[in-house]
Amino acid sequence: MYEHDVIVVGAGGAGLRAAIAAQEEGADVAIVSKLHPVRSHTGAAEGGINAALREGDSWEDHAYDTMKGSDYLGDAPAIETLCKDSPKEVIQLEHWGMAFSREDDGRVSQRPFGGLSFPRTTYAGAETGHQLLHTMYEQLVKRGITVYDEWYVSDLAVTDEERPEDRTCHGVVAYDIQSGELSGFRAKEGVILATGGLGQVFEHTTNAVANTGDGVAMAYRAGVPIEDMEFIQFHPTSLPSTGVLISEGVRGEGGILYNAEGERFMYEYGYASNDGELASRDVVARAELNEVGEGRGIDDEYVHLDMRHLGEERITDRLENILHLAKDFEGVDGLEEPMPVKPGQHYAMGGIETDENGETCVGGLYAAGECACASVHGSNRLGGNALPELIVFGKRAGAHAAGKDLGTAEIETGQRGDYELGELDTPVQPGEVEPAGGEGDAVADGGVAAETGSGDGHDIVERAVVRERERVQSLMEKDDGVQHAEIRSDVQDSMTEHVNVFREEDGLKQALEDIAEARERYQDVFVKDPSRTFNTDLIQTLETRNILDLAEAITLGALARDEFRGAHWRAEHQERRDEEWLKHTMLSWNDGTPELWYKPVLLEGEDKEYEPKIRSY
Amino acid sequence: MSTQVPETETETEAETDVEHSEPLAPAQEERMRKKAEARADREERARREAAERADDDEDTYHLKVFRFDPEVEGKQEPRFDDFHVPYEKGMTVLDALIYARDTFDSSLTFRHSCRQAICGSDALFINGRQRLGCKTQLSDLDQPVRVEPLPHADVEKDLVVDMDHFYDQMEAVEPYFDADELPDGELEEQRQTRENREKVKMSTRCIWCGACMSSCNIAAGNNEYLGPAAINKAYRFAMDEREGEDRKQHRLNILEQENGVWRCQTQFSCTEVCPKDIPLTEHIQELKREAVKNNLKFW
Repeated sequence: MYEHDVIVVGAGGAGLRAAIAAQEEGADVAIVSKLHPVRSHTGAAEGGINAALREGDSWEDHAYDTMKGSDYLGDAPAIETLCKDSPKEVIQLEHWGMAFSREDDGRVSQRPFGGLSFPRTTYAGAETGHQLLHTMYEQLVKRGITVYDEWYVSDLAVTDEERPEDRTCHGVVAYDIQSGELSGFRAKEGVILATGGLGQVFEHTTNAVANTGDGVAMAYRAGVPIEDMEFIQFHPTSLPSTGVLISEGVRGEGGILYNAEGERFMYEYGYASNDGELASRDVVARAELNEVGEGRGIDDEYVHLDMRHLGEERITDRLENILHLAKDFEGVDGLEEPMPVKPGQHYAMGGIETDENGETCVGGLYAAGECACASVHGSNRLGGNALPELIVFGKRAGAHAAGKDLGTAEIETGQRGDYELGELDTPVQPGEVEPAGGEGDAVADGGVAAETGSGDGHDIVERAVVRERERVQSLMEKDDGVQHAEIRSDVQDSMTEHVNVFREEDGLKQALEDIAEARERYQDVFVKDPSRTFNTDLIQTLETRNILDLAEAITLGALARDEFRGAHWRAEHQERRDEEWLKHTMLSWNDGTPELWYKPVLLEGEDKEYEPKIRSY
Repeated sequence: MSTQVPETETETEAETDVEHSEPLAPAQEERMRKKAEARADREERARREAAERADDDEDTYHLKVFRFDPEVEGKQEPRFDDFHVPYEKGMTVLDALIYARDTFDSSLTFRHSCRQAICGSDALFINGRQRLGCKTQLSDLDQPVRVEPLPHADVEKDLVVDMDHFYDQMEAVEPYFDADELPDGELEEQRQTRENREKVKMSTRCIWCGACMSSCNIAAGNNEYLGPAAINKAYRFAMDEREGEDRKQHRLNILEQENGVWRCQTQFSCTEVCPKDIPLTEHIQELKREAVKNNLKFW
């Protein structure tokens, strides 16, 4: 068994920042990640980092824009923390040498982005995430922080008290992809989940193959509530054939969207009469699909994003990476012709419920970055707000886990204080095929949450290892059955068909049925590759289990929320209904029988109350 | 063959490894045997079907993929497997490998993640040249498309190579920004001219894929040579005016050592294969000139 004060799971922006912060507080910290840090998907972020750095801008304005962008479902304490801390954290990156784009006076450049009242998106060309990721990994190397790379964390070691709020996390179980060794990692002070996105739940996504939502699913099964899962951001400009992202920076610099008729539809059809292409992402994504639906799409599939008028010099200076992506992945020369784009799954606003210090309701368990939900983004994330979230909340979670006093959090986690239980009619019973108490297969697919008992931390991790070993062995032992790739792609297809930008009740119910069927088939999943060396067949089989749980959670939330808010559009419910829905959708795994509940959104800021207004751009 | 795999040697080592590491539990052995049989059957069927389809359907691509697994019977001796993958416009080598894995053989193993040439996971040796699988269109390649692991690195399994040596070299050049002085205020920036940012820009594009190192003859013959990626990393900092003179001096000292810049024989193979078009050889040359200038200074 390995032992450290703090274990960080995942090595993207949030994980690296958390590790550095924990070490600065004196902790012995290690990162466990299924990818080598520089392979993390933070590297694919293009546009930039919002931070109120300049005269004329303020953190209050940034907070206001973020709250409005969230369609009043972000929690004020989290949003204000993000906006206050972001400038300091951005300059910290600058002090670590990050190669930001520069103004003539030598200061870091900022540009306009969707939904922002000030051009506060700090950037490094159209490769901001790459620069951020590498800069932070460099600092990790400088500090000599231990990284267990290509170790797949498959479960958490959490005690099994009845109420999740009484449980404690003592570590993780991880599988060394290279050698096939399964081992416990005891964390004396805390475990920080920083596992990133879950885009692989969908078929068309800008996310990496590795983004399977492992942390969210593990925390969920260990009893941690997951929040606002129905809110999935579909980025308006992904390349049609691959889902590769074309940065919002293109529109920020002045790029224009056209339909097949050559009309500038954002204005022409009144989707966003003030901000046009720079309206919030949900607004633009719906407008594009509407154009295609009305027969004004190109090849009945996509629209055009044109940046030619910006001129070669400006494009090369600020958006060079976009030229490479369009050329390599769509065969289009962005200097000569418009680029085809359509909405693609991009970001999960929801995730593991945390407070503004990154702490969950389970003692010693933290989450930061895309896998977490504080909530900063509410029902829709603004472009340029993901990277500051990584560094602000990564740092806070790391520091807090290592013992730094960050003050009492305003946000309450778990079923404490003000909450209400929800009800939902579903066509099939969600959750475990054989809920806890059932034998055999529930263990085989990692369904039983916290059968770890009590005892000291060491024992709890040890028992979690035994349980995981059984699970892996059982998957490896079967000689025949269904393969993960089949199950995975069926769920991805169903999600992209039914739980996409436009959602209808019948479709959502169909998705739940498809997922239930996939769960049944997963009972018979088997790993064909008998090898212990680099068995990606096994890893993907484990990931597929996570995809199933998250697909279901997203769909349950989408069915429950009968209103239209931010990224969540319902055919039957075309209005935002504040009187009923100024609350977060919460799901607890409840040992395999998911429980739906709600907690109120916090609109009370440090010294002002955010008043929900009509959201127009 | 064109890869580095010294077949007999690797094989022997692998077998010895297995013998001397902990013995497999009987259950594991039995499982492996049964699996191997079942697998052989299914794969044979899938392959026969695909080959048949290939005969009457021109729209497939023929891939020959390197296979090796140190612990699985039948794969301990390196071999090439044939896959016939239905072709769609825009299909990349990575797409074809994913299709082959998900359809024909789930044990086919390769690293990949972002699919967009930024994570640097899938540098492979494709038709005799280092390329990123995700960035290489099948339509640009002659058939059969030969896919092999990166030369000059130890193969772990199939197309996966051990990257540790590459990472070690990268980390040997103190690859982190370390300015002589930082501004006092926590909100105060270090100013950098646009020209200086432009100067280091290409060097910051490195995605650590290892293609350059694999293509370099010098690195192949001398394990100690820092190699093009690490030297480029050092260039990125040595040329950054924000770090200061003392630090630059220190960096040049590292680069001037026996296994630093002077080993490079300017063959440009690294530059040719770099998927991010970083002018690696030029960067190395420029550092040589800096080093000379630097030494003259002290005369």
